[in-house]
Amino acid sequence: MFDLAWLLFILPAVGVLINLFLGDRMEKLLIGLIASVAVGMSFVIGVMLFVNLLTLPVDARSVTVHLWDWITVGTFSVGASLLLDPLSLTMVLVVTGVGTLIHIYSIAYMEDDERFQRYFIYLNFFIFAMLILVLSDNFLGMFVGWEGVGLASFLLIGFWFDRKDDMYGWYADAGKKAFLVNRIGDFGMIVAMAMIWTTVGTLNFIGVNDAAHHQEFTTAAVNVVCLLLLLGATGKSAQIPLYVWLPDAMAGPTPVSALIHAATMVTAGIYMIARTHGLWYEAAFASMTAATIGALTAFFAASIALVQTDLKKILAYSTISQLGYMLLGVGVGVYGAAIFHLTTHAFFKALLFLAAGSVMHATHGVLDIRRLGGMRDKMPTTSWTFLIGAAALAGLIPFSGFFSKDAILLGALAKAPLLYIIGLAAALMTAFYSFRMFFVTFMGKPRDRELYDHLHESPPLMTVPLWILAGLAIIAGVINLPFVLSMEKFLEPALGAHDAPSLTLEMLALLLSLVVGLFGIVMAYSRYRTQENWVTRMAAPFKPLEPWLQNAYYVDEFYMRFIVNPLRRAATWMADVFDKKIIDGLVNGIGSVTMDLGGWTRSLQNGRIPTYALSLFIGVVAVVIYFIFIG
Amino acid sequence: MSWSLLFFILIGAVSVAAAVGVVSSRQPIHSALYLLMHFVTLAVLYITLDAQFLAAIQVIIYAGGIVILILFVIMLIGSNPVPGDPSIQTWGPFVGLGLGLVLLGSMVYTVMLAFDGVPAAPVGLVGGEPKAVGLTLFSQYVLPIQMVAVLLLVALIGALLVARRPKTDVKTTRSREAAAD
Amino acid sequence: MTSVNPYLALSAIIFLIGAAGVLTRRNALIIFMCVEMMLNSVNLTLVALSYQWGNLNGHIFVFMIMAVAAAEVAVGLAILIAHQRHTNSTNIDDINLLKW
Repeated sequence: MFDLAWLLFILPAVGVLINLFLGDRMEKLLIGLIASVAVGMSFVIGVMLFVNLLTLPVDARSVTVHLWDWITVGTFSVGASLLLDPLSLTMVLVVTGVGTLIHIYSIAYMEDDERFQRYFIYLNFFIFAMLILVLSDNFLGMFVGWEGVGLASFLLIGFWFDRKDDMYGWYADAGKKAFLVNRIGDFGMIVAMAMIWTTVGTLNFIGVNDAAHHQEFTTAAVNVVCLLLLLGATGKSAQIPLYVWLPDAMAGPTPVSALIHAATMVTAGIYMIARTHGLWYEAAFASMTAATIGALTAFFAASIALVQTDLKKILAYSTISQLGYMLLGVGVGVYGAAIFHLTTHAFFKALLFLAAGSVMHATHGVLDIRRLGGMRDKMPTTSWTFLIGAAALAGLIPFSGFFSKDAILLGALAKAPLLYIIGLAAALMTAFYSFRMFFVTFMGKPRDRELYDHLHESPPLMTVPLWILAGLAIIAGVINLPFVLSMEKFLEPALGAHDAPSLTLEMLALLLSLVVGLFGIVMAYSRYRTQENWVTRMAAPFKPLEPWLQNAYYVDEFYMRFIVNPLRRAATWMADVFDKKIIDGLVNGIGSVTMDLGGWTRSLQNGRIPTYALSLFIGVVAVVIYFIFIG
Repeated sequence: MSWSLLFFILIGAVSVAAAVGVVSSRQPIHSALYLLMHFVTLAVLYITLDAQFLAAIQVIIYAGGIVILILFVIMLIGSNPVPGDPSIQTWGPFVGLGLGLVLLGSMVYTVMLAFDGVPAAPVGLVGGEPKAVGLTLFSQYVLPIQMVAVLLLVALIGALLVARRPKTDVKTTRSREAAAD
Repeated sequence: MTSVNPYLALSAIIFLIGAAGVLTRRNALIIFMCVEMMLNSVNLTLVALSYQWGNLNGHIFVFMIMAVAAAEVAVGLAILIAHQRHTNSTNIDDINLLKW
């Protein structure tokens, strides 16, 4: 059965090929259907493999499927092999499951787009690359998938490359930004891989984790490797300092934002860290750095989300913030909890994005919450499912987000109380902005009458995935209830066990999470529904910060001024001065010297026979003299 | 000084004088006649070196063939002295002359040392008579002689091709002939 | 006569006279004759050395050289005629297309 694992990623690849070569002649519906079925079949196979894995004894739940030897050069050997264990199969299920729903949703959402075929080719290609990323049993194979999803992300962010507006500028530039920022992270990945290989001579995850466990790395080396991996993770998973591409990535179609920039691709960094947990156990400093970065990202991104007015931007910052939680989780060593949050987040964030997409579908692209309002009456399904997603995001019991976020915060509380407090503050803000979104968009009175009059509920092809995801967002918590921890136990063979914190601590964390979540919601309700001004008064000391928040702490401007522009100036200098004067000068100099020499020797070739006879004669004399006096 | 050396000096002097005559004559026809003389003196020298066969063909081929050919050509293209073009001033001849003197010096120097006191081993009974040369030529060198034959054939055809009048002329000649018929 | 040295010296002198002619004369025909003379000086060397070593191979070489010279004369004169017909000149300075 496990031998069939290659079908997982081959099916989307087949979908790509069919749509690529035959899509011209097919109905739009058929194209969408083929793409969806390809991913759906992957999902079915994923479920079968998952069930198969469950039948194995716990110790044996790690299967390597060797497909072929990929690279063998001297002692450097990398196989094209798949690693099937609880972690990779969980990821497979999330990717293909959410992916299938989003494919189906996209059929309706992209119905009127002229590049429908291309869209589904990209989307299937993304699934293909993402599955390679999560299934590969070595760094290099994962890196191939890593770059593949980066490419898919680039293509889909810039999908409407010919559009331009005030928020994103040229959409193609948004894609370019994502690609370039990710290059910085990839640099870290590549250097880390090189260091790992030179140190332990393998790139296999199991081998590397074992080597780390047997102290084959020095403490300094393992910390450097992990910090480099962390750089890769901050790029892909949009963490400080490389998060800046994700808000711009919202230029892509909304289902893409849901699939790639919320549910799956951006979690690749978290997955990678969980996958290499053996290294991180040894790298205390790097782990703490990761946790700190995660907590700070969670906090700052949530604070930015407080004041954003574009629905997708709020969700984007929210995604950054939630990814920060996951990084906090892996940083403090609760890998199971992080993967749990990754799973639930995939459900509820995909749900929120799809619901936002549904709104966008109805308003023909308007997502400014200052123009929306009262949409509940016209779009009941969308608003209900959005409410469920917001509740899960806010961490309201018993929605899934509550349990997963609490599991991470509990791990932080046990290990780094300061980060816990930052995380808790972020949770408060999360609850607030989640319900701010909901109240402003769906409740109250319509702010733009004309827009409101044209609203309509989305077709079933869109609402059914919404309901399925809403159901998952509600109940996904049961897979890892506190004290039961079925998911963390399931993941233990792949991620290792960690000590359970004391009961009091756990109760405290649960209680605080609950209180904070509820308080955030109450604040949002008071502020946006009943218009009580105590919230405003409470926020008054932070009022001066508002422009900072609205402009995302001016990080983009900072980068532009201190990194991009100096680099651009350096590049301009290189191109205009160094290249033209020195490089071209060198090349032209060699050329002109050759030409001058040639021009000079050319005059020897005057075409007159006596001259040639003379040169012949000179040669004869030289040879004779050589033989008589020297030879 | 033996008689043979005296004879050699006499013939050699005539030979050098003829060579100088070839180079220095203004008229090509004079050059050709000097060349004829030069070839004949060489034939005489061949006989003193026991190369009777070569002496014969030297006279037949060079004096009888090549010089006559050259004379024909002179007759064909005229023997007017070539007017010197004063615009072409060249240092080539002077360089050549200097180098030539260097070469002459070194060669004579070497030659004088080379076989000084080494007695000659005369070809003996066979000598350079036609029979001996013919036996060597058609036994040991039979393949090269075939190649020489081919070379001569190729040269013949090539010379015909190069010296032929352009095609158009041939055509008009032919049509004229046809009209005459 | 016991030594071939005088023959070799004579040969060298004739060779250089021929070379001087090639380098200094303008008339293509005379240059042609000078080339023939240089070939003959080499022939003389070969015959003399053949005599010195009592070996007929030198004679064979001379024979070959004569054949090649005959071929060369035939083709060379043909070229001269063709060129003269073309430019109405036998001046070597008019044969100057052999450049760039």
